[in-house]
Amino acid sequence: MTPILEVKNLHHIYSIGTPFEHIALKDVSFCVDRGEFIGIIGHTGSGKSTLMQHLNGLLKPTSGEVLLDGQSIWANKKQTRQARFRVGLVFQYPEYQLFEETVYKDIAFGPKNMGLSAEEVDRRVREAAGFVGITEDQLEVSPFDLSGGQKRRVAIAGVIAMEPEVLILDEPTAGLDPEGREDILRNIENYRIAKNATIMMVSHSMSDVARLADRLLVMNDAALAMDGTPTEVFAHAGQLLDMGLDIPEITRLFLKLQQMGIAVNSVYTIHQAVAEIKRIREENAHA
Amino acid sequence: MLKDITLGQFFPGTSIIHRLDPRTKLIGLIAYIVALFTAGDWVSYGIVFAFLATCVAISKIPLKSFIHGMKPLVLILVFTGILNLFFTTGERVLVQFWRITITLEGVERALFMMGRILMLICGTFLLTYTTSPISLTDGLESLLSPLKKIHLPVHELSMMMCIALRFIPTLIEETDKIICAQKARGADFETGKIIERVKALVPILVPLFISAFRRADELATAMECRCYHGGDGRTKMKLLRLKRFDYGTFFLLAVLIAAVIFVAQLGL
Repeated sequence: MTPILEVKNLHHIYSIGTPFEHIALKDVSFCVDRGEFIGIIGHTGSGKSTLMQHLNGLLKPTSGEVLLDGQSIWANKKQTRQARFRVGLVFQYPEYQLFEETVYKDIAFGPKNMGLSAEEVDRRVREAAGFVGITEDQLEVSPFDLSGGQKRRVAIAGVIAMEPEVLILDEPTAGLDPEGREDILRNIENYRIAKNATIMMVSHSMSDVARLADRLLVMNDAALAMDGTPTEVFAHAGQLLDMGLDIPEITRLFLKLQQMGIAVNSVYTIHQAVAEIKRIREENAHA
Repeated sequence: MLKDITLGQFFPGTSIIHRLDPRTKLIGLIAYIVALFTAGDWVSYGIVFAFLATCVAISKIPLKSFIHGMKPLVLILVFTGILNLFFTTGERVLVQFWRITITLEGVERALFMMGRILMLICGTFLLTYTTSPISLTDGLESLLSPLKKIHLPVHELSMMMCIALRFIPTLIEETDKIICAQKARGADFETGKIIERVKALVPILVPLFISAFRRADELATAMECRCYHGGDGRTKMKLLRLKRFDYGTFFLLAVLIAAVIFVAQLGL
C-alpha cells in the first residue's frame, strides 16, 4: 500500500537571494502510513512549522517533493487545492482565526470552500461539532462569546469538518488548563478512530506525545534528527537533552538511575516505569 | 510577499548620516525639500541632485533598496508624467494627431516633474532608512515641543506615532499567519470576480481587527502597570544633543539653499 504522505529530500530556503536568506529545512525525508499518530518534536526554529506548511501545499519546496497518496501535490493546481482539503492543518492558537457570526457558519467555512452540497455541509458541521463536544445550542451563538478552550475546539472543528485524511496540529494544547488539554487530545483521538485518519501533532509537551504517538519525528537545526517509536527515541534521552529538548520527567529520572550505574531500560510512561521497577526487583530477588 | 514591503524600513548602520541627530535630519529634509521646490531650472536641479547623491553615497544604503521602495509609487510617477506631457501648452510642437499635441515644453516639463517627485521620494527614504523609528519620533517630539505652549499634546502624539510604527511589522506577520490559516481551510484569494475577491478578505480582516484590538488592550494594561501617565515630568533615557557634525550639516544646508536661490536669481 502506498503511504498516505511521502516526503522526499525536502529543502526549503527562505528569502532566497537576499541578505536575509535562511535555510529552514535541509534534506528531510520520511513516509507516513494511513492511521498513524505521529508526534513532531523540536525546539523553536528547528523547522517544524515550515515542514508542516509543506505537507498541505502552503509552502512550495525549494527542492524535493511531497507526495500525497503517491502523487506530487505540486503536479498541477487541482492537486494543490485537493491537498489543502485532504491534509487539514490546524495552526497554533487557531482560535484567533475565527471570524463568522455564529459557530455554525465558522465551522462551515471549510466545507463550503470545498463546494459541497448544503446537506453535506450541514452533516459535516454537526459531526465535527460532535467530535469536539460543541452542543447544538452553542452552534448558534457567536464564537466570540465562548471561552478560550471552547473557541479552540470550534477552530479545530472547522478543520475536522473538511474530513481530512491527514490532520496536522501545531501545539493544539498550548495555553490551556490540564482539563482543556485532555479534552482536546481526546477529541483528536476520537476523530482518528472514527475516520481512520492520520494524525501529526507538534507538541512541546513530551509526556503528551510520548503517551499518544506511535512514532516520533525529532527536528533539529532544520534537519530530521530522529525518526522512530517513542521507545527508540527516548532511548536516546541524553541526545534529546543536548538538542535543548525536554524529556518526560519519568524518563529523566530513569536516565539519572542509568547514570548511577543501575541497569534500567529507558521508559517514557508511568506504567512502563512501574513494570520496569518490578522487573528489576524480581531480578534482584532471584539473584 | 507582505514581508517585502520596504516603505519606512530602517537599515541599521554607522555612517555619519546614521549618527546625525534625528532633529538635524528632519530639518535637513525640510531644507532639502525647500531647495528642491525652489529649483526652477536644470542647473539648480543638478546642485540638489549632487547633494542627494552625496548623502546617499555617504549613508552606504544600497541603491537597490531605493529602487525597490519606489515600486509602489510607479503609478503616481507615470500619471504625473503623462498629465504634464499632454496638457502643457507650448509653441514647439513635436507630434500632433487627432486632439493630442505633444510639445517640447511638455516633454521638458514632464521630465522636470518626474525628477522632482523622484528626488522628493529618495530624500524621504534616506531619512527613514537611516533613522530608527524611535529616534525619529524622539526628534519629532523635541522639534514640536514649543507647541506644548498652545496645549497641543505633543508627547502623546509622538507616543502614538511610535507605537503605530512599532506594530507595523507585528501586524504584517499576523496577517501572513491568518492568510495561511484561512488558505488551509480552502479560502481562495486569487480567483473570482472582484466582488468575490473583496468578500474573500472578510475572513482575514475580522481576525486581524480583533487581534489588533486585543493587542492594544494588552499594551494599555502593560503601560499602566509601569505607571505610564503621559508626558508630564517624564525624562528621557537618551537625551538628544547636537554635535559638531550637526552644526556642519546646518551650514551645508544653508549653502545648498543659497546656491539654489543664487542660480534662480541668475536666471540661467
